Amino acid sequence: MEISRKGSSAKTVHPALKVVNVSIGFENIPVIERLTFEVAHGSALAIIGPNGAGKSVLAKALIGVLPYEGHIRWADNTKIGYVPQKLDIERDLPITGDDFLRAKAAVSRASRGEISDVLGLVGLKPESANKPIGALSGGQFQRLLVAAALIGHPTVLLLDEPTAGVDEPGQESLNHTIERIRDERGLTILFISHDLSVVYQYATNVLCLSRGRACCGVPRTILTPQLLQELYGAPVGYHVHDDSRP
Amino acid sequence: MTLDLNTVALAFGAGAAAGLVGCFAVMRRMTLAADAISHIALPGIGLAILLHIHPIMGGVAALLVGTLLVWGIENRTRLATETIIGVVFSVALAIGSLMTTGEQLIEALFGGVGRLTAFETILGLVAAFGVIAFVVLQRQRLVLALVSPEIAHTSGINVQRLNLYFLLVFAITIALGLRYLGVLLVGSLVIIPAATAKRLGRSLRAMLIISVAVSIASTTLGTWLALALHRAPGSMIVLVAAGFFLLSLLRR
Repeated sequence: MEISRKGSSAKTVHPALKVVNVSIGFENIPVIERLTFEVAHGSALAIIGPNGAGKSVLAKALIGVLPYEGHIRWADNTKIGYVPQKLDIERDLPITGDDFLRAKAAVSRASRGEISDVLGLVGLKPESANKPIGALSGGQFQRLLVAAALIGHPTVLLLDEPTAGVDEPGQESLNHTIERIRDERGLTILFISHDLSVVYQYATNVLCLSRGRACCGVPRTILTPQLLQELYGAPVGYHVHDDSRP
Repeated sequence: MTLDLNTVALAFGAGAAAGLVGCFAVMRRMTLAADAISHIALPGIGLAILLHIHPIMGGVAALLVGTLLVWGIENRTRLATETIIGVVFSVALAIGSLMTTGEQLIEALFGGVGRLTAFETILGLVAAFGVIAFVVLQRQRLVLALVSPEIAHTSGINVQRLNLYFLLVFAITIALGLRYLGVLLVGSLVIIPAATAKRLGRSLRAMLIISVAVSIASTTLGTWLALALHRAPGSMIVLVAAGFFLLSLLRR
């Protein structure tokens, strides 16, 4: 299986990411089995699939915080900006958005100026960034996470449902922003999404995960009613499968 | 114990170190761990008394070994830190109370009185300086790892190693307060000022400053009150700190 950006297949010679025969499991229960795919430089790969298909698990293996079998190879000098799905933080933590961004900038050896740049990019007001992160709304918090991921000039953005909890117009502007940054900076983007219209609009390629089987290709060929039915399963069949888990 | 220069200097150093480390301990939800880890010092103190070496040295050694043990078990098994600390701490307390008896046990549990030697003061100040330097220099990494270990990892931080360093610094801080407060009360010096600051502070800087201020105020004021009222310094320090915490509850 190989994913190539439309009209730039020559770039796949040195892909941004090469995944070969990767298996990930928890306590002997396999979540992902022998997954193989490539991501071309500058492409936008959407990772889709039903709940429990292992999308976030794959993302964590890709950044190296979960053990796996097989090979995951990022291109040389890859710098990943990661947006996690949800964070386990207390609401009364006295850490402001600004504290968080400054910490990210200090660790990434980025300048202070970059903080205001990324705040502008994601459309987060400085007065919001001065609030404790527990006091931010879901949408403001997601913007903060995307802003943090952009600090330090990453070459790859890995986003686990970046627009979860963001209101409808906010989602659109955030997705637009991510696409604009990709174009401007020539970033490679991997994003997990449940919103198939977003996938259709922004992804150059799609990787679908579904219990043991995976498929990938351009959105046109993947997002067909037939394949989607297969991927998400008939509602009854899927529920039976889910309930039968220990 | 008298209110000499050594005592005052160490009260400042231990207070500042405990205030800083406490902030991250509280934010990392290690409040229970703080109390439990301190008990690990007890068998070390007991062993040191048996071998006729300085009790605090035994306590420090036991704390460092215990910390490595907790970290090691945590990384090798999927047990929660709280569970491991719970087990390690009860075992330590059991062994410790077998080895120490009578007055020595009371002193180890509630803190000692008596004059600080120049050696103790210098050692304490060096340790306090090390702890303060660690937190100040590593605070950005600690913040990132606290908010999201995954983001910290992708930013190039070895989170596991950072956790170990933090635990070791935490153990050293506990050891710093051991002499005054004893095994049972020392955890509160790390936790109460930071918990007060967490209620009052609205940013990291504010929390760190308030915590250090409350902590130093508690150690110095507590020591002075203990001398004036002829009471054990440990209890007075904890009561002063608890007073600040109660005051912080007044603020909505």
